[in-house]
Amino acid sequence: MIPFIASAADTMVMNTPSPQPPAWQQAVFKVLKEGGVNQIAYVPDAGHSHVIRSAIADPEIEDVVLTTEEEGVALVSGAWLGGHRAVLLMQSSGVGNCVNMFSLLQAADFPFFALVTMRGEYAEFNGWQGPMGKATQGALELMGIHVLRASHPDEVEEVVSAGFDAAFEGGDKVAVLLGQSLIGRKKWERR
Amino acid sequence: MGTSIPGKRADRRDFVSRLLAATPDALVVTGLGSAAYDVFAAGDRDQNYYLWGAMGGATSLGLGLALAQPDKSVIVITGDGEQLMGIGSLATIAAKQPKNLTIVVLDNGHFAETGMQRSHTSLGTDLVAVARGFGIVDAFAAASVDLCDEIAAGIRDRKRTTFVQVHIEANEPPRALPPRDGPYIKNRLRAALGLKPF
Repeated sequence: MIPFIASAADTMVMNTPSPQPPAWQQAVFKVLKEGGVNQIAYVPDAGHSHVIRSAIADPEIEDVVLTTEEEGVALVSGAWLGGHRAVLLMQSSGVGNCVNMFSLLQAADFPFFALVTMRGEYAEFNGWQGPMGKATQGALELMGIHVLRASHPDEVEEVVSAGFDAAFEGGDKVAVLLGQSLIGRKKWERR
Repeated sequence: MGTSIPGKRADRRDFVSRLLAATPDALVVTGLGSAAYDVFAAGDRDQNYYLWGAMGGATSLGLGLALAQPDKSVIVITGDGEQLMGIGSLATIAAKQPKNLTIVVLDNGHFAETGMQRSHTSLGTDLVAVARGFGIVDAFAAASVDLCDEIAAGIRDRKRTTFVQVHIEANEPPRALPPRDGPYIKNRLRAALGLKPF
């Protein structure tokens, strides 16, 4: 295992332009790495960028980029079947893409752990993100997935760790919603 | 194109049973419906994982399993309709190129389970071209059991990701129903791999 290296980002203010990723994103990868995750499947989002980069750089972790999130539900189940711990990263819009595939988790009682970066809930500039963002928690819960949420940088590590253990030690199906306020306001004009 | 292949087509049960007889150590994931019946009819075994739902998920589930078990051959056996629903997974698989994964699509050009409606492979879609276009170089079609031994040898060798479209007759052999108890088949396969429940 590669030890997690703490950085100066721990004291940084959110959204300060910097080569260092936000501390909460580093904390997410730390939980996954220390938890022995072998596969990280994702449809990208800015909020997952550090974890995705870290997964790609880590020879002990298979990084799997998906064309749609529902592939990831099946993929992480296959990984568990073969003895791997696999985690699915997506944006809230992706939850809607997964709904029927979530049946697999109940039907075969697979452990499941997803990290969902939220859109449509905080300073959202793009109204098209609203409908699915507002339905995300409900859609997950309708399909029997236990939902946790982290909205403040200081609580991310604890909440992600709690969800991770519930999934891989307790066999639960868990999604942790990472609040849009963590990511902050998106800049819409490129210069 | 699916319908333009002239001449004979393979019998699905013969093809699957011959392929699996030659790959006794492989882990097998099936798509829902007829493909699952074919695999079960060939002889139930602990290393089989039958889907009864999760349409479009068979190849993705196979990818997760193949990445987790690189020293085992993994075969996904599914139908054209199931593969079409999860067609993007072929791009995901091509991006990873797992050497131990072979996808076998039993293509009758129809949705057999729901009343034999024509599928896209009867209406112009060429699955081999699709697979190659996604980046699975070793993609080819078969139309008889004669290719089974060669395909099985490739499965056992684990040298590359392979995609096989098998043109099969659009018939409906007697149903052979595998277990529907998801946790049972999950735990059975994991036990066969030496993995413990928790």
